Amino acid sequence: MKLVEHFQYGLNSPICLTWELTYACNLTCAHCLSSSGRRDPRELTTDEAKRVVDELQAMQVFYVNIGGGEPTVRPDFWELLDYAIDHQVGVKFSTNGVKIDKARAAQLARTDYVDVQISLDGATPEVNDYVRGPGSYDMAIRALENLAEAGFTQPKISVVMTRQNVDQLDEFKAIADKYGAQLRITRLRPSGRGADVWDELHPTAAQQRQMYEWLLERGDQVLTGDSFFHLSAYGEALPGLNLCGAGRVVCLIDPVGDVYACPFAIHQNFLAGNVRDPGGFARVWRESELFQRLRQPQTGGACRSCQHFDSCQGGCMAAKFFTGLPLDGPDPECVQGYGEQALAARDGVVIPRSDVDHSRSAPRNGRTGKAPVLLQIGRRPDKACESSPIAGFDPRQVPVAGG
Amino acid sequence: MAENEPQSTTTDEPVVEETLVEEVSIDGMCGVY
Amino acid sequence: MSTASPDFRPERPHRCSPSVALRPEPFGALVYDFVTRKLSFLKTPELVTVVSGLADHPDVHSAVEAAGVPEEQRPAYLRALAGLKASGTIEERPQ
Repeated sequence: MKLVEHFQYGLNSPICLTWELTYACNLTCAHCLSSSGRRDPRELTTDEAKRVVDELQAMQVFYVNIGGGEPTVRPDFWELLDYAIDHQVGVKFSTNGVKIDKARAAQLARTDYVDVQISLDGATPEVNDYVRGPGSYDMAIRALENLAEAGFTQPKISVVMTRQNVDQLDEFKAIADKYGAQLRITRLRPSGRGADVWDELHPTAAQQRQMYEWLLERGDQVLTGDSFFHLSAYGEALPGLNLCGAGRVVCLIDPVGDVYACPFAIHQNFLAGNVRDPGGFARVWRESELFQRLRQPQTGGACRSCQHFDSCQGGCMAAKFFTGLPLDGPDPECVQGYGEQALAARDGVVIPRSDVDHSRSAPRNGRTGKAPVLLQIGRRPDKACESSPIAGFDPRQVPVAGG
Repeated sequence: MAENEPQSTTTDEPVVEETLVEEVSIDGMCGVY
Repeated sequence: MSTASPDFRPERPHRCSPSVALRPEPFGALVYDFVTRKLSFLKTPELVTVVSGLADHPDVHSAVEAAGVPEEQRPAYLRALAGLKASGTIEERPQ
């Protein structure tokens, strides 16, 4: 049996997982998958976080992808990073670069088993800052400069592909080459605040084809997080497992210890349990009803009769869910066009919204008839944000345990 | 990056050879950052 | 991956690389290299036994034999092990 077939039935432990350390963030990206901004007072404490690391070590989880929000705004971030590495758990952390000054870059360059991923969604400030906010491009580039100067080996640049940046693929590659980084491109999902901007920002069908062709050429040089497996239905499979790993080989641990199938599915329907529950993370992974359901053979439903189902596996669960499509039908961006048909056929369907929303201007702009969030980014973040990312937030506040 | 073993496209090699080791990138499964 | 590597000397003692974690699974084992970040899948229980037992044998051949690999499959196993040597998953034991 191929590896991917074994993975579909799930493993005793995840291979790796995403761990969002905090919902706090110094930015307010329009498409934030975790609707981050404000810290949740029920965040895991430093000790609770270390206990999670202990569990991951015992389960032999190889690797955690630490994100948020902006994980480095947690004062204990560096302590937790060292703790994970000292306990046989590799770390890649995803950051907007706010804290990667020369000193931290040098520290990271001296540290084994840590990888750094800088978020960048435009190869120019105009394109990037439109979704990530004024100054965010400069901040990311500065972090890349500092890492390069410190001799940090091959950080990642992670790009969410949008209608506005698809034409910049070669430029992204050039930026990565310039700073000795590896380019990573990922799929925009209608998750979190992404739902509010998806109509405007998701690539067109022609652009999907463009990305697919580009990946066929460059696939061995760039990473994708396997997030474009729905494009495999064009023909040739892209590098990667072409597998939805949610609840099978990967999952998400969120800042308050909630365990979701994946970071793009932060919603009650995809909540498997909480690490604070008896039995901790291990029991959630191995025994939760949701994950056991996901590890059953997926029949494909309406997609079963499509000759491409074997390549695309029906696409992304989260993309379907947050566009109000049935999970046993086509992906909204199905390259054969079945998704568009399904979207057009949504009649009176209520688009699911997550009640997990830490946006600064909560409730976030939804489909309320107001202008999309993008157009409201014009206010320069508080200058104090660059040293104290959460204006008014007291980092010495200790959240109530067991909240 | 991801270096998958040939996906069952070669038919001339003995079955056991192409099924002993398979390699994939840690970035090669969907659902993580 | 299955081409013979001139650097692979199966008559020498070997071991799993220290930077590699081997995690048994029902279907074989997952092998993760913390340095290269490559993930490998050992697809037969015999290969898992060989790789995890390398340090206990004077050379690769005896590890393969001790794992009960049928003779006609041994060349294939040696080629797979050569590939694991080339990727850094296994290495020669320092004497």
